[in-house]
Amino acid sequence: MKSILIQNGHVVDPANQIDGEADVFIQDGKIVKVGKGLKVKADQLINAKGKIVTPGLVDIHVHLREPGFEYKETIASGTLAAVAGGVTSVACMPNTNPPIDDQAIVYFIKSKAEKEGHCHVFPVGCISKRREGAEMSEVGELKKAGAVGLSDDGAPIMNAELMRRVMEYAKMHDLVVIDHCEDMDLSNNGVMNEGHASTVLGLRGIPAASETVMVARNILLAEMTGAKFHVAHMSTAGSVELVRQAKKKGLNVTAETAPHYWSLSDKSIKNYNANFKMNPPLRSEEDVAAIRKALKEGIIDCIATDHAPHSSTEKQCEFDEAAFGIVGLETLFAVTYSHLVEPGVVSLSRAIELLTTAPSKIVGINKGTLSEGVDADVAIFDITTEKKVDVNQFKSKGRNSPFNGWNLRGWCELTIVSGEIKFKSGE
Amino acid sequence: MTWKSKDLLTLEELSASEIQTILDTASSFKEVSTRSVKKVPALRGRTVVLFFQEPSTRTRVSFELAAKRLSADILNVQTASSSLVKGETLIDTLKTLESMTIDALVVRHKCSGVPLMLANMTNATVINAGDGFHEHPTQGLLDLLTIREQKGKIEGLTVTIIGDITHSRVARSNIHGLQKMGAKVRVCAPTTLMPMGIEKMGVEVYHDLDKALKDTDVVYVLRLQLERQKKNLFPTIREYSILYGVTNERLKRAKKDAIVMHPGPMNRGVEISSGVADGPASVIDEQVTNGVAVRMAVLYLLKGEKTQGENA
Amino acid sequence: MTSKVKAVVMEAKDIERALTRIAHEILERNKGIKDLVLIGIKSRGEVLAERLAVKIKSIEGTEVPCGALDITFYRDDTDTHQPDKAPEQTELPFDVTGKKVILVDDVLYTGRSARAAIDEIIDFGRPTAIQLAVLVDRGHREFPIHADYVGKNIPSSAKEEVLVRVKERDGKDEVVIAESEK
Ligand SMILES: [Zn+2]
Repeated sequence: MKSILIQNGHVVDPANQIDGEADVFIQDGKIVKVGKGLKVKADQLINAKGKIVTPGLVDIHVHLREPGFEYKETIASGTLAAVAGGVTSVACMPNTNPPIDDQAIVYFIKSKAEKEGHCHVFPVGCISKRREGAEMSEVGELKKAGAVGLSDDGAPIMNAELMRRVMEYAKMHDLVVIDHCEDMDLSNNGVMNEGHASTVLGLRGIPAASETVMVARNILLAEMTGAKFHVAHMSTAGSVELVRQAKKKGLNVTAETAPHYWSLSDKSIKNYNANFKMNPPLRSEEDVAAIRKALKEGIIDCIATDHAPHSSTEKQCEFDEAAFGIVGLETLFAVTYSHLVEPGVVSLSRAIELLTTAPSKIVGINKGTLSEGVDADVAIFDITTEKKVDVNQFKSKGRNSPFNGWNLRGWCELTIVSGEIKFKSGE
Repeated sequence: MTWKSKDLLTLEELSASEIQTILDTASSFKEVSTRSVKKVPALRGRTVVLFFQEPSTRTRVSFELAAKRLSADILNVQTASSSLVKGETLIDTLKTLESMTIDALVVRHKCSGVPLMLANMTNATVINAGDGFHEHPTQGLLDLLTIREQKGKIEGLTVTIIGDITHSRVARSNIHGLQKMGAKVRVCAPTTLMPMGIEKMGVEVYHDLDKALKDTDVVYVLRLQLERQKKNLFPTIREYSILYGVTNERLKRAKKDAIVMHPGPMNRGVEISSGVADGPASVIDEQVTNGVAVRMAVLYLLKGEKTQGENA
Repeated sequence: MTSKVKAVVMEAKDIERALTRIAHEILERNKGIKDLVLIGIKSRGEVLAERLAVKIKSIEGTEVPCGALDITFYRDDTDTHQPDKAPEQTELPFDVTGKKVILVDDVLYTGRSARAAIDEIIDFGRPTAIQLAVLVDRGHREFPIHADYVGKNIPSSAKEEVLVRVKERDGKDEVVIAESEK
């Protein structure tokens, strides 16, 4: 394998407290050294002057859709979208068909990812058999096959008893339980956040309590069982307060949020455009402020996209009938940089931490750093050039982005996965 | 007065002067409806499609009569009885309709926002005949016309809308329309049928009917969808009727010359007593008459932009 | 659209005299007022019809029924013409069937307004005759329509406008030729 030397970039590697100009030397797919003015011979030189060099980003909430929904996305297209966004590791959610509820599907995804994928893929296994929310899946076997967490994402675990048992059992296997926190009865077929905006648009509302109630229940069960519990796509001010208290108590509770929950609110929904429809829904401006504050204060542990590609037919239809979810891999860093770092909510290095080491820690993978000897997963970003988001340029099969047309800074220039260049902008 | 917009989608987007124009035009059309030949050639040769995805005899018949009195050709497309829309996307349906070279599309749909989506996709004029819980602009306009005729003005009046505000497109259109024309709007409903954030629409919120009716010029009673009881939005029809049913006894709290309106069809003895519905304060029949005139006015004003075959 | 007045072609007295003459001609041609009704085209034709009614009454001593038409819904240019005000109401307080209708307008130009008015009257019933009275005939006919009674022939160019002003609406009686500046 050839060696690469990335020179003179601004290296941000929170795990090793690096935040300044340095070179990164890669050989045989591993990081060999990071330091100023490295005197080494490399097969390939990359001049990163003026650019940001980071560990490849880690996104622990991605829907790759394969197997079963290849018309929306495949492991190949989804991982290509990932590297186009500077993401080198993804944890993929199990709401496939069949769902990732036994070892065979875990193996299928891993082998497909190895053959056709462009980045590292870590499957999340189902909490329940067939993702039906009734009986526990073979958690131990899933772990052995390589599942990095448990979730029925796309749907919550409405049955509290099942959640209790899964938490107890998952703790024994040292697996994090990730819940899509939603009380389906409270959501009551809603399609957007309940409030003034839904009232004016005449759309059925999903109250903030629908999420918050479930976060509360799950935190209580996590306290009772001692399990590792992770709140997926947190969106409400109420959830933030509950997680804050749980952390104060020292519970094993973590939370993620997605870029749209700090950059958009329910007031952003215009013309019944279903590219603004996701679950949880875009919340009120008060909730958005709380999410930003939680990111600043460290109550939210990491950023994930909830990348959820859909076909155009599933989106260009009645708002009520449209599928929930938006794509996010290719805009992840740009929205983070332009709408979190530039306005001063978090520093650049803190943002990188939220996108690398923090999520890796939650699912227990050795990713998101430039430490000597680790897989050489590196991303280079240009934070000076402003560019318009154009969904038609996406590598993802999904075009369902609410950010289409936005002018953003923070675009990925180059992505290296295990020492191989997997993405170069303009190619 | 120049009419700029291609479509009528909401009263939220209309200005007071545009509403004024529609009401003035509707007054002229009322005269046409009194002639022995109740027909003028204004829309001769135009094709108006009535695309009703939700059953509604009243509104459809009113639009149909309006279009006929303007000499338009009418095509009824009701999805319940048609092959359209079964497994077909909204875009496919629109393409099918467009291929019939239509000039205007009158849309009733159970999903909020559909008329707006269609309007953005077609050159034809789109008229919203009611979408989900969103708006029902021609109902709002006919209500405004009725109030203006009965009271001589709209500005300065207090209008109280009673009933299921959450699920009412009629309420939303009336709130927008009445406020633009300078009326004060109160809404009265049990907390379970009052949508979140409604006070931000500039209305006064009441849960006590007697207080809400005090000094009211116009009492607007909404239809109660009886099946909502199963969703725990009120305990029983009986209790709803006791708390929110408008009877002659309760009507005494309103102004002496108050009028009573209802968009129909009524649940007599539930939200409104027969004594009120048939009583001297009721202008419910007048609303129906004005419905045709308002819809004639809207069709007439919007047809200004000719759509088919003019791209050449 | 604004316009610059080029010349006053009829003053109040001229209009008065023309209407008196038309009133006499109507009576002469129809041999009295039997079955006669006046219908003015809104808005200035309506005013002129009312004045003719007054004159006929002063000559014959009997009232002639008077009505008014708003022809907006019968126009043939609804595709291109944006009305500058909401249409007014047609008011015909009599049955036109069996009547001799004197249709009154201020200016006869292309003939299209007269055509619309005739169509509208026919929708109300079957008059025995329709005769057309206008204060000004400015030529440039596009339809086979002629006036039975003309106050004054004013040859004009298509670039010009002939404006009839009446006290009741415009505060002053006069007919002017103006240059139209589009
Ligand atoms: Zn989810």
